[in-house]
Amino acid sequence: MPVEILMPALSPTMEEGNLSKWLKKEGDAVAAGDVIAEIETDKATMEVEAVDEGTLGKILVAEGTEGVKVNTPIAVLLQEGESSDDIGSAKPAASPKPEASDKSDADTPKETAKDAGGKARQASDEPSAQKEAAKAPAAPKTEAAADPDIPSGTEMVPTSVREALRDAMAEEMRRDADVFIMGEEVAEYQGAYKITQGLLQEFGAKRVVDTPITEHGFAGVGVGAAMAGLRPIVEFMTFNFAMQAIDQIINSAAKTLYMSGGQMGAPIVFRGPNGAAARVAAQHSQDYAAWYSHVPGLKVVQPYTAADAKGLLKAAIRDPNPVIFLENEILYGQTFDVPKLDDFVLPIGKARVHRRGKDATIVSFGIGMTYAVKAAEELAGQGIDAEVIDLRTIRPMDMQTVLRSVKKTNRCVTVEEGYPQSSVGAHIASEIMVHAFDYLDAPVMRVTGKDVPMPYAANLEKLALPNVDEVIAAVNAVTYRS
Amino acid sequence: MKAATKKTSAKPKAAADSAAALKAPEPAEFDKDQELAAYRGMLLIRRFEEKAGQLYGMGFIGGFCHLYIGQEAVVTGLRLAMKDGDQMITAYRDHGHMLAMEMEPRGVMAELTGRRGGYSRGKGGSMHMFSKEKNFYGGHGIVGAQVPLGTGLAFANRYRENDNVSLTFFGDGAANQGQVYESFNMASLWKLPVVYVIENNRYAMGTSVTRSSAETDFSHRGLSFKIPGVQIDGMDVRAVKAAGEMAIDWCRSGKGPIILEMQTYRYRGHSMSDPAKYRSKDEVQKMRSEHDPIEQVKARLIDKKWASEDELKAIDKEVRDIVADAAEFAQNDAEPDVSELYTDILR
Ligand SMILES: Cc1ncc(C[n+]2csc(CCOP(=O)(O)OP(=O)(O)O)c2C)c(N)n1
Ligand SMILES: [Mg+2]
Repeated sequence: MPVEILMPALSPTMEEGNLSKWLKKEGDAVAAGDVIAEIETDKATMEVEAVDEGTLGKILVAEGTEGVKVNTPIAVLLQEGESSDDIGSAKPAASPKPEASDKSDADTPKETAKDAGGKARQASDEPSAQKEAAKAPAAPKTEAAADPDIPSGTEMVPTSVREALRDAMAEEMRRDADVFIMGEEVAEYQGAYKITQGLLQEFGAKRVVDTPITEHGFAGVGVGAAMAGLRPIVEFMTFNFAMQAIDQIINSAAKTLYMSGGQMGAPIVFRGPNGAAARVAAQHSQDYAAWYSHVPGLKVVQPYTAADAKGLLKAAIRDPNPVIFLENEILYGQTFDVPKLDDFVLPIGKARVHRRGKDATIVSFGIGMTYAVKAAEELAGQGIDAEVIDLRTIRPMDMQTVLRSVKKTNRCVTVEEGYPQSSVGAHIASEIMVHAFDYLDAPVMRVTGKDVPMPYAANLEKLALPNVDEVIAAVNAVTYRS
Repeated sequence: MKAATKKTSAKPKAAADSAAALKAPEPAEFDKDQELAAYRGMLLIRRFEEKAGQLYGMGFIGGFCHLYIGQEAVVTGLRLAMKDGDQMITAYRDHGHMLAMEMEPRGVMAELTGRRGGYSRGKGGSMHMFSKEKNFYGGHGIVGAQVPLGTGLAFANRYRENDNVSLTFFGDGAANQGQVYESFNMASLWKLPVVYVIENNRYAMGTSVTRSSAETDFSHRGLSFKIPGVQIDGMDVRAVKAAGEMAIDWCRSGKGPIILEMQTYRYRGHSMSDPAKYRSKDEVQKMRSEHDPIEQVKARLIDKKWASEDELKAIDKEVRDIVADAAEFAQNDAEPDVSELYTDILR
């Protein structure tokens, strides 16, 4: 039977891509391993290799087609002895996994989704896990409350978080010749997650520096360069790998100003994706916000929107202190409005009210905001008007904004992906208890990642992460509705 | 430990001399059975990896998936030189290592798909898999971190006074991590039985060794710790086996650590999402067509009339069936029970 070649997923988070080019034409013989097509995502161009051998019987998706969903049949491969008459009877090389087909549009037959690894889905009997189909929540539709730091009437440009981060670095590098970036694959490869795209071309190899895989070493080199007055941006491919370098970050970067009696410090930014991506398991999926927020001498920023990513990264680069700038791989591709201003710098240490409400306060930051925002939308439909605060900076923490809100709503839920013990939420709860005890109508509730290393299995991973239902349940609990 | 320290310091010069003077042995002479075993072993890895790549493209495997295609001779040749009891540890490009250690293809593939029949019951995934029974110590996702661990395995061997050797694998990129050199120093100081196998496939993600390494002769990386090393053609399974025997003997006879730089090549991208713009198609094609480890054995088998095309096809079929069975199992096995979320955190 002829075999359908499906649009492959070539990265953990890929849902669709453009079919940029066919390298074989109909009628061509194909051997396993041959490159048959090129596809393109927002991150990169990639090659599709044939897995089976045969003859390319029919191309189903023409080159140049954009937004081809993963697992869509893109061609039919005829096997020995088959002709084009057999094309109609083609079957996929194997049925795609339900998770993948759930993500694609309605044009994927429901049956495929069910009979494939359908079991996988059903194995999980926790309702919240089933509802949270896709790991990456879609970008929010609600309008954010106006940011007082953006002059009203400013033109807004839809920008991905990825572009916003790149633009922030490029602007600061143009402005100050002492700013440089170094890290693994930041230059020639254009960044493992394409955040530094184009920087090598504009600023050259002196200022965009590829390092060997030596995190502890180059973090220290960065701190030394900062002590000498340069303004390094050190990219960690992910913050999981910054654990190799944590000694230099804490013992050298964070403490030097104090230890030197104020003579010298380290104006340095350590940045990179933090927290869980998708299915990369325990050693690559940890949220370090609480870890770094523990340390005096550091500032810790974790933006959610592209505007905040841009404005805060520019601020971090100018800041005379070491700043830990925590990004998130799943947010990189999401698009938000970014103000079109010549020099858009936001203050570090100021939270932003993302949604105004009166019934309960939800405090979150970074990717946690995706759960908070969706929960607030659903709660609105149930008659609960939640206020959502995006902390943006974890240290120094803007407790004033949180306390003002809690004194109004009398209830608070915190949301983060990190572990529960000694979490950011734990700190917030303690501060609220001290400073707004008499205003509380319910104990502060925390929604966090579960107290386990990140499992690989799809069903367990969903359970390990916080989700919208848990946020809703927590708000229901603090409003005594459950 | 003390005695060992003394012994080394007694004749530092001789040790340094022998470290520099070590020569790579001639490739092993394989008889028919050995050639066939090597052929089948490497083919199993290749077919397994091709299938894993396919399952990834279909969404059955998530996250990162690093294929070993092209490098099969390294682990296969070394396994032929190991005895039961010797340990193996490596990084995330680990599927081939597990198959070479005779771990079950079903269990490995089911781990890749995150199902309960996987070696870590679905909790570890492609990069994190272990088998105590088969002496395979992982499967590690943090570049370089397995090197001190492998050194620790050797420490335990010496402590227990058994004659087991730890084979500790890492990449050319990993060879730049500081903890590698901290390990080298301790291993040499304490004469630990560890073979450091540097799988030099010329690239660490998109960075070629010449862009990341001041010294690109990785066999010399231990010299200032008095650890000898040799460069080996890692595409020739016979050369790998001979080097493995020499190195393992070295360790077993109490001479301490040794480095094998295996010169090899990965055909596929670093992981599934690698656009591979950092090397030319010609370079890849040339390695494939002129140095393929499996084709080399195949050519010798045919040449010496030790096997006919049909007999080799039959081996291919047998291997494909094993892989198809593993894939079938891995696609249909259930996901772990949700209660597994909270197990194995402490005991
Ligand atoms: C400490 C750390 N830094 C960075 C990474 C990301 N990373 C994964 S593999 C890799 C390249 C390693 O190359 P090499 O050691 O040559 O092994 P190969 O992939 O070629 O087998 C990098 C940078 C990581 N996993 N761990
Ligand atoms: Mg390498």
